[in-house]
Amino acid sequence: MDLAATILLNGLTLAALYFIVASGFSLIFGLMRVVNMAHGSLYLIAGYVGYAVFEPLYDQDLWWAWYAGLGAGIAAAAVSGALMQKLLLGWMQGQELRQALVTIGVSIIAADQLLAFYGGTPRQFFAPDAIFGSTQVPLVGGYPTFRLVQIGIAVVVGVGLWLLLNRTKLGMMIRAGVDDREMLGACGVNVPLVGVAVFALGAALCGIGGIVGSTAQPLAMGQDGRFLLISLVVVIVGGMGSVTGTAVGAVLVGLAEQLGQALFPTYSVILTFVIMVAVLALRPQGILGRA
Amino acid sequence: MTLRMSRRTALLGGAGLATAAGGLATPAIAQRAPIRLGGLTTLEGPFATGGQDAYRCVQMELERINSTVGGRRIEFIRESSNAQADVALARARKLIEQDNVDIILGPLSGAEGIALRDYSRTLTGRTIVNGSSGAADTTLRNPSPNFFRFSTDGTQWMAGLGNHVFRNMNIREVAVAAGDYAFPYAQVFGFNIEYCRAGGRVQHYWAPLGTTDFSAQIAQINRSNAGAIVVVHGGTDGLAFMTQYAQSGGNKPLIAGSIMADQTMLSARGPHRRVMVGMISAGPIADVIDDPTWREFVERYRRRWLNEGGFQSPSIHGVNYTTNLYGILHALREVDGDLSNNQQAFQRALANARITAPTGAAVRLDHNRQAISDIFLNRIEERDGRAQVVAFARAQQINQTLGTPEAQFLALGAPSRDNPGCVPAAS
Repeated sequence: MDLAATILLNGLTLAALYFIVASGFSLIFGLMRVVNMAHGSLYLIAGYVGYAVFEPLYDQDLWWAWYAGLGAGIAAAAVSGALMQKLLLGWMQGQELRQALVTIGVSIIAADQLLAFYGGTPRQFFAPDAIFGSTQVPLVGGYPTFRLVQIGIAVVVGVGLWLLLNRTKLGMMIRAGVDDREMLGACGVNVPLVGVAVFALGAALCGIGGIVGSTAQPLAMGQDGRFLLISLVVVIVGGMGSVTGTAVGAVLVGLAEQLGQALFPTYSVILTFVIMVAVLALRPQGILGRA
Repeated sequence: MTLRMSRRTALLGGAGLATAAGGLATPAIAQRAPIRLGGLTTLEGPFATGGQDAYRCVQMELERINSTVGGRRIEFIRESSNAQADVALARARKLIEQDNVDIILGPLSGAEGIALRDYSRTLTGRTIVNGSSGAADTTLRNPSPNFFRFSTDGTQWMAGLGNHVFRNMNIREVAVAAGDYAFPYAQVFGFNIEYCRAGGRVQHYWAPLGTTDFSAQIAQINRSNAGAIVVVHGGTDGLAFMTQYAQSGGNKPLIAGSIMADQTMLSARGPHRRVMVGMISAGPIADVIDDPTWREFVERYRRRWLNEGGFQSPSIHGVNYTTNLYGILHALREVDGDLSNNQQAFQRALANARITAPTGAAVRLDHNRQAISDIFLNRIEERDGRAQVVAFARAQQINQTLGTPEAQFLALGAPSRDNPGCVPAAS
């Protein structure tokens, strides 16, 4: 019983991380129709830049080292995302295949540059004392506090994103852009600028995921591909461009992964893809996607 | 026009002369043409750190001999894979077919080794010498005449550990958490052969290479009756397991596979270091070995690399690549750099080589071209303010079947997740 509760909690905390990363991916796709294959690279960029800021501060025992790393990571990812849209993708708007190929190229270059610059040693953030250690959870017992915080961060991100999309002017523009870019432009909105803003926002979300993820798991080369794949699966299962859909997809994938690992470790990866295949067969637009 | 003609003639004549001169010089150049040595290791993926260190050690040893052996220069060509067999194979093909190398030194991990062993069988006049890959079957079953391994395998590395856990630590049941691929199979097999024969009971927890979230397995292990955990993960997987074990508040004694108790792991920062102090492991190296050859090697390594991103002490992969490089250099010296006649003389010299590994251990090859050498039992201790792997026992000249007659050992079957080597004493 308590094992089942632990696995459930593990699945949810993992889902929280997946949601944070995939929501950025979904947001970018929703408005820009860009399948950003360099999304995983943004995760790595945030992680490595954040760590470069974090480590010297941590050595001096400053309590805000982790938060500084978080800020730096988010900023680095957001700037990279905005630059990518401004310099590379902006002038091939609407050519989805070409954009996807360009982002694949970016991801390969970024991974090699990061490897050359930071080396292959795995790194890991240490959460601030306030959220380190373990907390007593009913049924489960001692549970890593940081993983619980992860759920909190995901909820904040989810609610914030929902409010941004549904209650602000920028959100209104983004939603209008999803439906009809030309009409939005005709209304006097600077659509390319909105595009850059959305890209930066999506990348920043991935940046949060990069720091949070690298606190819970090691940060190393190869994580980019892993998180890109997870984002793709989550978004395909949940439905492209829907915040709630992304959350549902993340929970399904996170739980499936943990359950699979407990029951049949070797084949746990397959379970994730079984879910994806089932969704694609029965509801190709995703569980909460619009047809 | 005449002038132009004559100029052209002059040019032609000059070219002809140059060709003639070149023709005359050719044999001399061929004699001194560099030996092309292709390096294959993992600079990407979960073992990137180990791969990087492997090249550090190889570079250091080549610099020491001024990249010259038997009167010929060695040209070292670096290639990288990501610990996946198909990638390693593609890169090895590139080394052979495009870079035209004579010898490959590599690869780093288990499944890659088996892939390259199979590839080496299709080659004529080329030789593959292992890097650090340690799957038992690479040389034990269906060996290739073109594949040599001067480093010991994953099963050999566990020699003595099972008995130590059962007899000296008095632990009757363990949980084995291991990667689900060729190398951990070999390590688990080596541990279980001794431990189960002594009467111990084992529960296995397998996870595919590249797993970074072990929390479900750790929760199960912490609730089990196991008296200790045997962790046979490596690279980032191992780091993730140890970190999450520390975060889960686990307090069972830890026993480790050979690539777990290593500088690649100890030099990464994090809570895993706390639980790793006191950990027992076995393997072909330790940070602290009471042997002058080793102390000299470590000293040289630190002088060369400590300021350039190197570890406090060379990693297991670095030492394995060095041991195999020593084998190559020894054979090249024996044949005076002569690789003619499809490398026959060179391969004979490899097979008969007697070398000393950087650890000071004597190395020779068996009839499958597999190393017979020393294995160390280690404990992680806090020394000079940092965690170090300290050898406290040394098993001399361990062969690939751990002393069991070969036929009997082969009858146990190939190590796999369904055949982890747990044979009770009765059989």
